[in-house]
Amino acid sequence: MKHRADALFRTVALGTLLLALAALGALVYDIVSGGIGRLNWQFLTSMASRRPEDAGIYHALAGSIWVIVLTGALALPLGVAAAVYLEEYGGRSRVARLIEINIANLAAVPSIIYGLLGLGVFVRVMGMGRSVLAGACTLALLALPVVILSTREALRTVPGSIREGSYALGATKWQTIWYQVLPMALPGILTGLILSLSRAIGETAPLITIGALTYIPFAPDGPWSPFTVLPIQIFNWVSRPQAAFKENAAAGILVLMALLLLMNLIAVFLRDRFQRQGRT
Amino acid sequence: MHTRRLEWIIERALFVCAALSVLTTAGIILVLAVETFEFLREVPVAEFLTGTEWTPLFATPRFGVLPLVAGTLLVSAIAMVVALPMGLLSAIYLSEYAPDGVRRIVKPVLEVLAGVPTVVYGYFALMFVTPLLQRVFPQMSGFNALSPGIVMGIMILPLVSSLSEDAMRAVPRGLREGAYALGATRMQTALQIVVPAAFSGITAAFILAVSRAVGETMIVAIAAGQQPRLTANPFVPLETMTAYIVQVSLGDTPQGTLEYRTIFAVGMLLFLMTFGLNLVSTWLRERFREVYS
Repeated sequence: MKHRADALFRTVALGTLLLALAALGALVYDIVSGGIGRLNWQFLTSMASRRPEDAGIYHALAGSIWVIVLTGALALPLGVAAAVYLEEYGGRSRVARLIEINIANLAAVPSIIYGLLGLGVFVRVMGMGRSVLAGACTLALLALPVVILSTREALRTVPGSIREGSYALGATKWQTIWYQVLPMALPGILTGLILSLSRAIGETAPLITIGALTYIPFAPDGPWSPFTVLPIQIFNWVSRPQAAFKENAAAGILVLMALLLLMNLIAVFLRDRFQRQGRT
Repeated sequence: MHTRRLEWIIERALFVCAALSVLTTAGIILVLAVETFEFLREVPVAEFLTGTEWTPLFATPRFGVLPLVAGTLLVSAIAMVVALPMGLLSAIYLSEYAPDGVRRIVKPVLEVLAGVPTVVYGYFALMFVTPLLQRVFPQMSGFNALSPGIVMGIMILPLVSSLSEDAMRAVPRGLREGAYALGATRMQTALQIVVPAAFSGITAAFILAVSRAVGETMIVAIAAGQQPRLTANPFVPLETMTAYIVQVSLGDTPQGTLEYRTIFAVGMLLFLMTFGLNLVSTWLRERFREVYS
């Protein structure tokens, strides 16, 4: 009797898990079947248009790439520096502990709140306007907690004996970090960075909040240019009643997902490559 | 001497970068507080927090935030009804039953589910789940709370599952072996030994999931509609706090007006709600760590 209950419970538990996976399957099927027919060269190279059949994704793709490259350029040095301080210098000091708790809390703040912060600080007080740069600064703040956490993990994997060996040869603390610790931790750091950027590239709410435009028929030409990104363009198309725009939205999602897949593959490739270098 | 000064400068510079995170928190609180203060100079706190009508863009504006809070809570509650039991059952299966091979395949797939951008889930809710539900509930509107709630639950499920599984796997093996030795089945061990032992960790995961649901934006902005409405009916359009912020941000409300400040006041409330939940979650996890370390 009790073994039958156990078997039943096991089946129910496995069933829920399969149901979750089935939901993922339905999602993929829904998007591919909805968008694959619209995905062609014209769609990839055209700008926004009021006519769904002429509209394309080029401007939003360019906007996403601009924003994400700038975000990475801002988040990498800041995040690594913060992580090095906390891991190598901060120790158990009160201030370091406070910063740690603060970072953990920041990681759980809803992304739309970062949008309000970006609107108040970058767009208005610092006068960046609704530019690529303001968007990148906002997303960099959003990505920082994850970059810091993954960098600390990477730094922790560097054995203490490496540091001691370097000190024994007369290197200073910073020389040890710069020439020994960071190069060894680099694959882990880069992997963490790319994964956090792949989350940032899907962010919609904070960029809408800072006022990124939903209709913009040109690609950005610099950090000060107004812009839109893939998720905002998708949101714009989904919100329109015409079925043809919904098809565009599904095709846009396919482009976004392809970009995400590419970034994840780069992360895997980088980790693999650096690991092999480290061994030889 | 020269090197030592350089070392000192580098350490200070690194500290400044680390302190930037504290500045971020301060910046969030400051930006929200300043605008909320300006807002509350014109709208009494009592009217904002207890009013039952939210029509800031109308000719005769009313600033009662309750309809937005109720919308947020309704969608979050639906999401939790999906995410909590399913997440917990998946975690029990993965932690107590699944062979290693299955776990190695299933966990990355669940991570994919967590990595899908929220705008994609919004599309899925509007274009797939809503039409499906309308076949079962013909009275359901095209925009509603049920469909985004369910989809949000699917989105949060991996978070609940992976954090709960971590908590359960941290339960010492000896407890399980003791239960097996007394003749308990796997189900009895899982439900009566492992889950209670991991209770605070699981609760922490649940609370973090609620916080994520409350702050989730794009799914509701796409699939729940934009009509602030004080209701518990999951079939009619409503608006959440986050969706309202998006709605105003998309429009052409001039900066500096009272209508514009509403998004910061709503944002402040949202921040306080999620911040409170996160603190409780962190506290529970810290307590949990003490037990088995």
